[in-house]
Amino acid sequence: MRSLILLTASRLLFPLLLLFSAFLLFRGHNAPGGGFVGGLVAAAAVALHALAHGINATQRMVVVTPLKLVAAGLGCALGSGLFGWFSQQPYLTGVWVSLPLLGKAGTPVLFDVGVYLLVVGMVTHVLFLLWEE
Amino acid sequence: MTRQVILVLPILVPLAAAVFSVAASFVVQRRVALVALTGHLLASALLFALVASGEVFAVQLAAWPAPFGITFVADTFSGLLLVSMSVITWLVMLHSTASVPREIQRLAFFPLVLVLLAGVSGAVLTGDLFNLYVWFEVLLMASFVLLTLGAERAQLEGGLKYVALNLIASAFFLTGVGLLYGTTGTLNLADLSRQMSDLPLSFPRIAAVLLLLLSFGIKAAVFPLFGWLPASYHTPPAAVAALFSALLTKVGVYSMIRVGTLLLPQPPETLTNALLAVAALTMITGVLGAVAQTEMKRLLSFHIVSQIGYLVLGFALYSVAGLTGAIYFFVHVSVAKAALFLVAGEFERRWQTTELTQLGGSYRDAPMLAAACFAGAMGLAGLPPLSGFFAKLQLVVATVEARAFLSLVAALSVSMLTLFSMCKIWAEAFWKALPTTSTSVAPEESPRAMRFATVGLASITLLLGAFAEPVLLVAEQAAEQLLDRRAYLQAVLGGP
Repeated sequence: MRSLILLTASRLLFPLLLLFSAFLLFRGHNAPGGGFVGGLVAAAAVALHALAHGINATQRMVVVTPLKLVAAGLGCALGSGLFGWFSQQPYLTGVWVSLPLLGKAGTPVLFDVGVYLLVVGMVTHVLFLLWEE
Repeated sequence: MTRQVILVLPILVPLAAAVFSVAASFVVQRRVALVALTGHLLASALLFALVASGEVFAVQLAAWPAPFGITFVADTFSGLLLVSMSVITWLVMLHSTASVPREIQRLAFFPLVLVLLAGVSGAVLTGDLFNLYVWFEVLLMASFVLLTLGAERAQLEGGLKYVALNLIASAFFLTGVGLLYGTTGTLNLADLSRQMSDLPLSFPRIAAVLLLLLSFGIKAAVFPLFGWLPASYHTPPAAVAALFSALLTKVGVYSMIRVGTLLLPQPPETLTNALLAVAALTMITGVLGAVAQTEMKRLLSFHIVSQIGYLVLGFALYSVAGLTGAIYFFVHVSVAKAALFLVAGEFERRWQTTELTQLGGSYRDAPMLAAACFAGAMGLAGLPPLSGFFAKLQLVVATVEARAFLSLVAALSVSMLTLFSMCKIWAEAFWKALPTTSTSVAPEESPRAMRFATVGLASITLLLGAFAEPVLLVAEQAAEQLLDRRAYLQAVLGGP
């Protein structure tokens, strides 16, 4: 069943939702938000795409397999902890560097990106599995 | 600095290996798993070398000071257990490369084992009650999947019971955690321990500790909450059952001992008496269940329950001698039971059956296997000079010291029944003539990996018996640290 309204809406909403999810991810650094909720919003965008265009089109669009996203997210989060060791601190200690233009960037962002990828991957994986049923 | 790294490695190495190999083919996964397990073994050995001198040290993750952040602590108890669990997992994994069917190995079997090991290491090393809950969930999730890989009817049925009871246990756990946090305002185990010894045991606090012990009791499969264990452990491949018996229920007992000794510096006598009764009943019901079985894996599953009783007995005595016995028993029973499960795995693979009535005369085809099984079985029964003898001797001495004569009678008579059913396994599988009605197939040649793992674990039982003295000394040091607590509190909270 193709609905013109849904197709048009999804074309407009899909990039907006992805942008919003990125906004939530980075806002979570110092305010409510973060990788988890950001990841959920991104997964909602994928679900909307699947509703409008059908699951096959979505699977073609999401080029990496969701499981790899989960692995990448976990790896990112685990790896962000290693930086603490380089500055003689315990595992997971936040390390910060000052960057021109961006301001201060630190390993907690990396951890949050890991959570984000993990949640997107996990929810998309479940979504694809349920759709096949 | 090195300590900070080494303390995290036993969790990080298997977890990272699981993450990086999850999307690879199972041949790659298998190689990565063996490498990661070797890494885990090295890290645990290093950790043990550091704590063997009696030192206790802690890491405050992310540099948040205790009691606000998450603390990881290593002492002799956790170091000893990590090493023994790591050795067993390594050998069982080697065995499983040959004994677990290919189609199950393909289903992310090796990454799941690595996640399970990471969860167990986390639960052993953490010094924070909520973090302990998280690690429990990690290892339970991995074990749910491992238990039902292959999705046969019996597996799903056993898995359902396992999941249901463990979720109930988790709910009890969380309720206890909530009560403790509400009344003390902290979940750091060391901080909790200090507060609990300063304040009288008021109602919500004793209720919280009881809830925690209850949830650990379900996870450890003590009487009367053990129903899930014999219902589920015989369904997966024997190597998985070996792993579960060495890791899962044992983590339940570990947490019981760790949290119990930290939160109840002077336990009320009604509680220790109740624990002694639970211990005795666990031993008795477990062994009676085992005597009635004729299928190897079911029989061994009931024995797990029975042996858990001995561990709880050592804990319930609340003395250095009792805990020394429990800790030595811990190492001994993990090794001996895993060895026996691996023997069952070999039968499963080569004879296609683990039903004792279908087997017989196997010593002719597999003399090494017969010897390994004999060492494991007699070690478990406690025949001198094998490891089980020293474990039980230490526990018996402790019960006599504590004048708990009813427990003594239970421990000794259960020992007799254990000997009986261990003789039954060995005599039925290896000694008696092959029944004419048998449907078992003629055995194929045993793969080298499988033989090495089984014989390896059996020889560790022998070594534990031969070098009982040094192991008992380490166990005694661990027991003293558990009851003294000062080193633990100082390592976590600092100060005098």
